[in-house]
Amino acid sequence: MEFFHKVTRFPFMHTRKVWYGLSALLIIASIALVVLRGLNLGVDFTGGVVVESNFPEAPNIDGLRTALAAAGIANAQVQAFGSSRDILVRLPPDPNAKGDQIGAHILQVFSGVSPGVKLQSTEVVGPQVGQELFVKGGWALFATLVLILIYVLFRFTPKLAFGAILAVLHDPICVIGFFALSQMTFDLTAIAAILAVIGYSLNDTVIVFDRIRERARNARKLKIDQVIDESINQTLSRTLMTKLVTLLVVLALLLFGGETLHAFSAALVIGIIAGTYSSIYISAALALDFGLRSDDLLERKQGRPEDVDGLP
Amino acid sequence: MISYPRWKIVVVAIVLLLGCLLALPNLFGEEDALQLARDRASVTDADRTAIEQLLKEKGVDPSGAFLDQGHLTLRFRSKQDQLKARDAIADARPNQFTIALSQASRVPEWMRNLGLTPVKLGLDLRGGVYLVYQVDVQGAVKQLLDRHEQDFRASLRSARVPYQDVVVDYPANRVRVLFRDADGFAKGRAAILADNRNMNLTDTTVDGAPALELKLTPQDIQEREDGAVQQNIVILRNRLNSPELAVSEPQVARQGVDRIAIQLPGLQNSAEVKKILGKTATLEFRMVDETNSPIEAAATGRVPLGSKLYYTRDKQPVLLKRDVVVTGDQLTDASFQPNTQEGAAVSVSLDSRGAAKMLKNTQENLGHLMAVVFIDRSREKNAEGVVVDRTTEEVINRATIRGVFSNNFNITGVNPIEGRELALLLRAGGLAAPLTPVEERAIGPSLGADNIDKGVHAMVFGMLAAFIFMAIYYKVFGLIADLTLAANVVLLTALLSLLGAALTLPGIAAVVLTVGMAVDANILIYERIREELRVGVSPRAAITAGFERAFSAIFDSNVTAFIAGLVLWLFGAGAVRGFAVVLMLGILTSMFTAVMGSRALVQIVYGGKRKVERLSI
Repeated sequence: MEFFHKVTRFPFMHTRKVWYGLSALLIIASIALVVLRGLNLGVDFTGGVVVESNFPEAPNIDGLRTALAAAGIANAQVQAFGSSRDILVRLPPDPNAKGDQIGAHILQVFSGVSPGVKLQSTEVVGPQVGQELFVKGGWALFATLVLILIYVLFRFTPKLAFGAILAVLHDPICVIGFFALSQMTFDLTAIAAILAVIGYSLNDTVIVFDRIRERARNARKLKIDQVIDESINQTLSRTLMTKLVTLLVVLALLLFGGETLHAFSAALVIGIIAGTYSSIYISAALALDFGLRSDDLLERKQGRPEDVDGLP
Repeated sequence: MISYPRWKIVVVAIVLLLGCLLALPNLFGEEDALQLARDRASVTDADRTAIEQLLKEKGVDPSGAFLDQGHLTLRFRSKQDQLKARDAIADARPNQFTIALSQASRVPEWMRNLGLTPVKLGLDLRGGVYLVYQVDVQGAVKQLLDRHEQDFRASLRSARVPYQDVVVDYPANRVRVLFRDADGFAKGRAAILADNRNMNLTDTTVDGAPALELKLTPQDIQEREDGAVQQNIVILRNRLNSPELAVSEPQVARQGVDRIAIQLPGLQNSAEVKKILGKTATLEFRMVDETNSPIEAAATGRVPLGSKLYYTRDKQPVLLKRDVVVTGDQLTDASFQPNTQEGAAVSVSLDSRGAAKMLKNTQENLGHLMAVVFIDRSREKNAEGVVVDRTTEEVINRATIRGVFSNNFNITGVNPIEGRELALLLRAGGLAAPLTPVEERAIGPSLGADNIDKGVHAMVFGMLAAFIFMAIYYKVFGLIADLTLAANVVLLTALLSLLGAALTLPGIAAVVLTVGMAVDANILIYERIREELRVGVSPRAAITAGFERAFSAIFDSNVTAFIAGLVLWLFGAGAVRGFAVVLMLGILTSMFTAVMGSRALVQIVYGGKRKVERLSI
């Protein structure tokens, strides 16, 4: 079976203004969503208490809320989590509260409503820890981008490297925008997903660049935009096939991985789609607009694929 | 004929065999088990035999028993057996062992002896409590300054040097001794330096009067902070291993600059553990009352005047003098010395106040017994919600005074194991900085089991989908890819088992993603082979070219993903780190299987002398 028997001839470079526009729109929309709606930050970042409990039968959530308020637990967010029998309670950080006591207290209140209730998990994160984790997460994103920039600079040319980084930046922004739109809980696993997305998206970009370099050396008569178009088209089959299989796998995570992995796998789905798009339409196009020429890729002193030994 | 060196095929085969062997323990599953530990000592082979004998008498037959790092693990076929055995051991050998209920792998003994163990599961998969404590490192630095202040005052007082004041300035991290005149300054300087030889003091003037200044260098402060965190880790570890808490496999690790993370797998109620972890400990040196009988005092309840009844760890009564020689806050350091002239010893350092008292005491009591009392204090709420302080006092060591000493001395008459522990305890007891809990996560065992189920399902479905797709799309080559993907999962499991890295739910997600990465490498190669075939290259040449040309792309793309994993590992905490570790290992195994493994398989299928007309790709 083969979906792409003939090499496609899409004029990616010619239409690049359209794709720039689309990307700009996505980025602006994402930023606007984050500013206007904000992110539903998880307990990892805000600090506070999260208690998960399991009821024998689906409880009335309003009833639980009233019961909690009556027991003196104010500002509690009560919501169903996964199934209607799993209830999650979130409380803002309280320096005087002890986690296990709050868990026990909430369980006691819930037992009054439904005797068979079980405590599944308690999480208590101090506000300071939360803030630190948030800052650390931000640093992790930044450090990844810088390190990858250095690597691409070393392996390719500066113009390609900046094209790659800008295109890659686009993906986490889209993912964060999606979190603002869906109001899914943005926690540490979401950051992990974003970093994985960066790795994946760059992976695609690097493979396209690798082909561009190879084509530029083998077909010197071609103009650079033709080289880029050909390279993207030649790798298109691989790019889409790989992403299809990866998406299949990630969809399995999303469907069967349970509530804990929900935000993580959703972030991956969005990120993989955005990453595939950006590495096809944006990264090489940006390098072209930065003034990439075939000569840039011919320099012998640059890292060449032959430098990598250990062929199979 | 495709040229592919035979030794590479052999390497692939060997690695895969090793991988299968290392991954094998994961197939055995787990059973309910008991874990026995002794307080500050190892469980021996003799204990093991005795306990097996005991259980046999009680009619409980453990399905396995093994000693590992001083712990005895007993496996049982059912939960009932497990509980019955626990009661039997607790009744027959009261207070001898910490008995924790846990789960243990069914791995046979010969395999365990080879060091083959299954993958460890993270707390989110097996249930348990995760605690993070903040160490008050600033408090520890302040404590150090306060101690210097007291030392200076003591030196000046004993040398009878008049002075204005000794001032601690925090957060400037300095201690200043203010004098009235130059004469006092010179004498005071000499007195302080005599007691503190290596101290770096600077001369200065405050408001026109001469003064002496001790300023902590950033290095001093760092050392003190590190010391406080390390010591607290020692205290926490000791406490978690104490018989008061039945906790199996507790893990205590430093997190960042001033935090300590504790993992308690399988633990349900953290309240009791937190109560004990929050205690502060100290110790005292007292002289032993050698004229009266402690056994009589314990039996009659009448304690002689001027003495106090204590008990040792093994519940032997001891009478000690009421007057304390030196208290724990006068202790500055303790270390274990395995080879002194008198055998193993614990070397103890005291501050100047403690040293002066110790000097006087040893001069007067040469040849007599001195005891070390370990005191654990805790503040807790009782059933009525009233705060009560609870104190446990135990005699941990008694030794004869063999010479006159002051600020530095050895406690001899300890055996090597005891000595090491005593040094730890003395350091730990004397110098704990306060702890504040900052993070706590408790995951119930049913949620853990649920997480495993879901994770495994996701993994199986995801991989099946990828397998079927590859087989349909690339035919024979697709099947080869499937085999390499399976090999990838086996190798990854083997590496995780070998390294002892804990598998968390995000870790399972990383396994699933790694499959995606491995698929990618295969697809890159096959698409390249197809391209070569389209240009009209012969099948065998296409294979060679496909593998060769795809390599640089595979390498580059994997390096970038590896960088992302590395950063996650460096910056991440908890579950995210679990994801990163698996991602990085997975990239390594997927590179190996997709490049070398699938090349070897292709060689086996299409190599040899027969002519290849077309490829099934």
